[in-house]
Amino acid sequence: MPDSNSTSARVSLTTLPKVPTGIEGLDEITEGGLPKGRPTLVCGSAGCGKTLMGIEFLVRGIEQHNEPGVLLAFEETVEELAANVASLGFDLPQLQQDKMLRIDHIHVDRSEIEETGEYDLEGLFIRLGYAIDTIGAKRVVLDTIESLFSGFPNEAVLRSEIRRLFRWLKDKGVTTIITAERGEGSLTRQGLEEYVSDCVILLDNRVIDQITTRRLRIVKYRGSTHGTNEYPYIITAAGISVVPVTSLRLEHTVSNDIISTGVPGLDDMFTRRGLYRGTSTLITGTAGTAKTTLAVSFALEACRRGERCLFFAFEESPAQLIRNMLTVGIDLEPYVKQGLLFIEASRPTLNGLEQHLVTVHKLVKDKQPGTIVVDPISNLISVGSISEVGAMLTRLIDYLKVQGITALFTALISGRNATQEMTEEGVSSLVDTWIHVRDLEGVGERNRGISILKARGMAHSNQVREFLVTSEGVQLLDVIIGPSGIVTGASRLAQTIQEQAHAMAAQQEAERRDRELERKRRVLEASISNLRTEFESVEEELRRVTEEDQHRQQALTQSRQQIARDFVSYQPQNPSDSPLNP
Amino acid sequence: MESEQGPVPAPEYILHLYITGATPNSSRAVRNIKDICERYLTGRYELVIVDIYQQPEMAQQAQIVAAPTLVKKSPGLMRWLVGDLSDRRRVLTLLGLSPDPDDPHAHA
Repeated sequence: MPDSNSTSARVSLTTLPKVPTGIEGLDEITEGGLPKGRPTLVCGSAGCGKTLMGIEFLVRGIEQHNEPGVLLAFEETVEELAANVASLGFDLPQLQQDKMLRIDHIHVDRSEIEETGEYDLEGLFIRLGYAIDTIGAKRVVLDTIESLFSGFPNEAVLRSEIRRLFRWLKDKGVTTIITAERGEGSLTRQGLEEYVSDCVILLDNRVIDQITTRRLRIVKYRGSTHGTNEYPYIITAAGISVVPVTSLRLEHTVSNDIISTGVPGLDDMFTRRGLYRGTSTLITGTAGTAKTTLAVSFALEACRRGERCLFFAFEESPAQLIRNMLTVGIDLEPYVKQGLLFIEASRPTLNGLEQHLVTVHKLVKDKQPGTIVVDPISNLISVGSISEVGAMLTRLIDYLKVQGITALFTALISGRNATQEMTEEGVSSLVDTWIHVRDLEGVGERNRGISILKARGMAHSNQVREFLVTSEGVQLLDVIIGPSGIVTGASRLAQTIQEQAHAMAAQQEAERRDRELERKRRVLEASISNLRTEFESVEEELRRVTEEDQHRQQALTQSRQQIARDFVSYQPQNPSDSPLNP
Repeated sequence: MESEQGPVPAPEYILHLYITGATPNSSRAVRNIKDICERYLTGRYELVIVDIYQQPEMAQQAQIVAAPTLVKKSPGLMRWLVGDLSDRRRVLTLLGLSPDPDDPHAHA
């Protein structure tokens, strides 16, 4: 066959040219799309969405890359196909009218076909070639070419013709998807994988515990690296969505910002007074330990910061959540109305795991939240095995980290072996901060205690802090240390009362001492004044004596002077007598 | 598709042969069907030979996959006879004809 418009041959020596499928997630796994100008085999059992994948490949090619496409349908008629995908928003009749899409239904019915001699499938080639050439198609889907085997008995001819067809499609330079039914022990019933050696995608549809999980795996991709895992995918209202890949490289950037947990006391338990932005936090606890309340506080705090927050509630409806939170003084309604808080509530069993994951991805993409809360992740175990949940959470956490979204998960755990349980799920190694709330069961009462099991990148308190859920939210109580360690609840009260009694006794003692002192002071003061009085009287006495002495002296002097005057001529008075005169 | 036969009456056999140019299979098919028509259906058939290389759109209309293909439109149910028609006995059976003892191909 003459080569019409093959340009794929010389593009780059180093990398294989690829055609983006436009299917969500698939291009990430294939690192760019399907091999350009080559056939790709999509195989899977019934109900995997092979046909849908083919049609979406064509429709996205038309919508996103303006590449016309041809669908060769062996199983369904044009009308049936159009009706089947109309619900996904694919308007096949319109695309056909626009000359962007051609659908050719190939009717093969064994009862109407008789072999009468040698033949080939040139008719098929001509039809396909004609369809491709009339609209200049770049993409082709053959769905499902194996139907030919049911119509034509001569397998040898069919095999050589199919081999020739794939060669011919390659020469034509059209990127082709060939769908095929999964066979027993081989990828396809008719061993088509022998002929298509460039790229093989396997779709799988498993029912585990009554829940269907669809998975996609790239079996081979010649000339290109690709993701090798099994990736869950779902068929949504907008087509196929392959759950985006785990970021294997752990290269996400980190933030140094600190954000509050929404519980002031809890913030104080971290040396940096909060959590790093963009990290993931796990709150584990047994039933009724206020995990949801803590989670909601966290969400509310995010809203207060003006961030958008996505709240996945797997246990309560939004209305119930809002009502219940009002009783602890948390009013979510304004933030819901403001558009800052989105509550997405569903039962975990509603969907398979990957559906939940895709829902998260979709909402994250739509709402661009800064914070995500999942309450609780442990419920997901009901829809998948522990290893699956672990894998899903790995993907989810990685995805959120890459997006720089702060995440908080709660997990219900049973009993005491919290550490073990969480390790089994592998969550503990994924989260950066792990807060554990638990019952502190004492004699006749239960109290709630909160502790930090780990906090990457910052030191934290090692205490189990008792907390109360009050009408003003969660409040951490001060640590009280009793004779045998930290005490809680009634013991805390008893301890407090005892301490109060002690304090009162001590105060009374002090007062008593004060009074004693006062008394002593007064006694002393009294004796001091006695003494002073005594002293005064002594002083008085002394003064009186001195005065009397003076008077006597004076009188004596006067009388002497009198005598001297009387006998003046006799002898003058000695001045040494005068010291008594001042 | 214009009839190669006379206007009246409507032919009993309406046969369309889809061929791909002058490939060996197609040439053989043309030879075979012409021989059959002349030997068994003289005057009561309409044979249209379509080269789908020339008219590719016809291939889709007639639901042709294999080549060559003889489409028997009447009498009876539509049948697609794929191949070069060299299995004469089988072709005759499918057309509802009994082999002519003088037909050298019928006893091959």
